[in-house]
Amino acid sequence: MKHIKTINKANLKASAQKGGCGKCQASCQSACKTSCTVANQKCEKEA
Amino acid sequence: MIHKYKLAGYNILLDVNSNAVNIIDDLTYDLLDNVEPPFEEKCPADVMTKLSKLYDTAEIEECYEEIVSLYKDGILFSEDDYAKYADTSVASPVKSMCLHVAHDCNLRCTYCFASTGDYCGGRKLMDLETGKKAIDFLLKMSADRKFLELDFFGGEPLMNYEVVKQIVAYAREEEKKVGKHIRFTMTTNGMLLTEEKMEFLNNEMSNIVLSIDGRKEVNDRMRPRVDGSGSYDRIVENFCKFVPLRGDKEYYVRGTYTKYNLDFSEDVMHLYELGFDQISVEPVTAPADKPYAITERELPRIFKEYETLADKISKIRSEGKFINFFHFMLDLDAGPCAIKRLKGCGCGNEYVAVSPDGDIYPCHQFVGIEDFKMGNVNDGSFNYDIKNDFAHTHIYTKPDCVKCWAKFFCSGGCNANNFIYTGDVHSSYKIACEIQKKRLECAIMLKAVAMMDSAE
Repeated sequence: MKHIKTINKANLKASAQKGGCGKCQASCQSACKTSCTVANQKCEKEA
Repeated sequence: MIHKYKLAGYNILLDVNSNAVNIIDDLTYDLLDNVEPPFEEKCPADVMTKLSKLYDTAEIEECYEEIVSLYKDGILFSEDDYAKYADTSVASPVKSMCLHVAHDCNLRCTYCFASTGDYCGGRKLMDLETGKKAIDFLLKMSADRKFLELDFFGGEPLMNYEVVKQIVAYAREEEKKVGKHIRFTMTTNGMLLTEEKMEFLNNEMSNIVLSIDGRKEVNDRMRPRVDGSGSYDRIVENFCKFVPLRGDKEYYVRGTYTKYNLDFSEDVMHLYELGFDQISVEPVTAPADKPYAITERELPRIFKEYETLADKISKIRSEGKFINFFHFMLDLDAGPCAIKRLKGCGCGNEYVAVSPDGDIYPCHQFVGIEDFKMGNVNDGSFNYDIKNDFAHTHIYTKPDCVKCWAKFFCSGGCNANNFIYTGDVHSSYKIACEIQKKRLECAIMLKAVAMMDSAE
């Protein structure tokens, strides 16, 4: 497209259908302890 | 829902519900101020008339067609249909623990949320028996989860180092019996680090969070020792020895900024220049009446500083060097699934904190708040009603989050901050939200530009 460049896979909806396994890290255990950003966590679901 | 903004010379467009990130031109930016679903076949005449003063009509029509095409593909103005997932997987095992082995500290940080280490409950250390019971609790409550997490926290956990060692030894024996693995981490101020402790920590801790605020004058103003002298010289010496020994194991140097150092990008750069490349520096959480507290008045200055920080980080990376700033870290293609993003940190449901007396709380920031005491590892008590309340706390139970563009990145924010500053875990702590949104705008911009550059 000329005016709009989509730069990622935009796969959040697909992730819901296969998600929820709960194997990923608790979001506050890494480096913050006072504020929560979930989207910087890794998915740890086994393939 | 869409969110668009201008930053560092780029126009960024986020489609909130699909997580599509786009870089758009000025025409698209302006056109999106004037059009939304339902779309017509051609750009509406009134919009065309309005924008034709600035743009060529053929270009406007072409741009309109691109917007409609993305809409039809489900990555622009896409529907929020995640609510149906919000109450799935609620009966989560408890798989993460913050173990408060020391409610005592050898520093007297002015801004400490834990009342300089004792959480207003008296200075005390956890005994080994309580530590073992906490491990037993985690192994039992984690049900079928194989990989568990336990952060040694305080106060200053190295003030109870011998017990930490014995708890780890006990856990390593017990985890084998049930086929699990505990990833240990520690959050420490590093004052008591020795070569022997460094070796132990490097063997056993998968991540270490090392507390330091940045420049010497910034650090020492807020983080004095018990005798009032500064902590900077000792901790820098220790951290500079320790970090190279970590090898490829994770670490973060983690600082707090306050009203006194709103130029905190200088502190991030100072930490980088000391040789640290995994850095987290975060806003203080404090009541507005504290002189160092961040209030709404500081927000414009803070927003500008995050932009400055993004620019500095971008320059470092453009030279082929590595730096990671925790809150600018995003994976726009393969981050956590949508279901994880609905529920956030998992406190009180899959994550708990245990005090030196064995009391269980939803997280470390709730420790000492009596209404949130969930039980005790020594007597085996555990309040499932509180766990259930947290299990059903998600972005759709937080009115401010439902209408916020950032909800799938921060996932409803910090429940403890919400409670402490608004009186309700479901009511958003606005200052934290505003800072979070600015950090995310910077993070998305940095990542989007990097992805675009690598694709070209």
